[in-house]
Amino acid sequence: MRRGPATGVCRRLGKSFRPAHMHGFANPARFLRIARWLTPLLLGVGLVLAGGALLWGLLRVPPDRLMGETVRILFLHVPSAWLGMAGWTTIAVASVVELVWRHPLASIAARATAVPGAFFTALCLATGSIWGRPAWGTWWVWDGRLTSMLVLLFLYFGYIALAGAAQRDAAGGSGAGSRITAIFGLVGAINVPIINRSVVWWNSLHQPPSITMGKSAIDATFLVPLLIAALGFSLLFGGVVLARMRTLLADIQTEARLRRKAQSPVVA
Amino acid sequence: MHEGLAQWDYVAAAYALGVSGTLGLVTWAWTSMLRAEKRRDAARGR
Repeated sequence: MRRGPATGVCRRLGKSFRPAHMHGFANPARFLRIARWLTPLLLGVGLVLAGGALLWGLLRVPPDRLMGETVRILFLHVPSAWLGMAGWTTIAVASVVELVWRHPLASIAARATAVPGAFFTALCLATGSIWGRPAWGTWWVWDGRLTSMLVLLFLYFGYIALAGAAQRDAAGGSGAGSRITAIFGLVGAINVPIINRSVVWWNSLHQPPSITMGKSAIDATFLVPLLIAALGFSLLFGGVVLARMRTLLADIQTEARLRRKAQSPVVA
Repeated sequence: MHEGLAQWDYVAAAYALGVSGTLGLVTWAWTSMLRAEKRRDAARGR
């Protein structure tokens, strides 16, 4: 798929700041060589760590003084929230790389991140709601944190629909849809700092941040399994993104091959 | 005691949703990847 000439700003940015090593991974064959062993490794280690941390949280962690037994839900809820936001941050970074440097794998990486990102955002909302019923006495409140997280889920749905339309658009010979999807990914990133700061900016039933840069208000009894769960789910997230990238690449290569076969003259 | 049991019900519901959903996501991503790569190899005539 060839695109039109880059704008002046993009061309200047591309020439001035293009990291030399970045385009080493632009070759799908080289990417696949790495992804073939990395995908099962991330999924396997992620499953072991996430499963172990959940079991630890379920069986070994004592009930919290205020939250009681429901504190165990946080080992699912907190990693899901982080990954929901990390997913959109990945989409935004990949969108910049696509728009500025025209990296051929950037749009595939962004599209591959959308479904797992939406899943973890939905899981964060669902587990938060399940936790909120015994803790707050309600399944849902329209406060800043919960509402901005719900907006993130709708942004994911919009992105998935737009990326699907862009794929059909690309099959029809136009590349404009991919750029529109990338711009949507970039604009939607404004919601990520809003989610992060919502408990500081507005009155909320949701607790303020317990873990900030270099500081934690959580006791080590809860913090250690929480960090292991976050690491395990992050590895799972990475493995799923790589598997989705391989799926999308294989679909593109199949379509290109079939199109070439259909266009080549039939020899009797 | 009753309150404690009720709290465990919420924990069980959250874990069932989280674990089944995550395993479902991983299985879906893995199997759809294998199918897509099989289709690509078939199209290449391997």
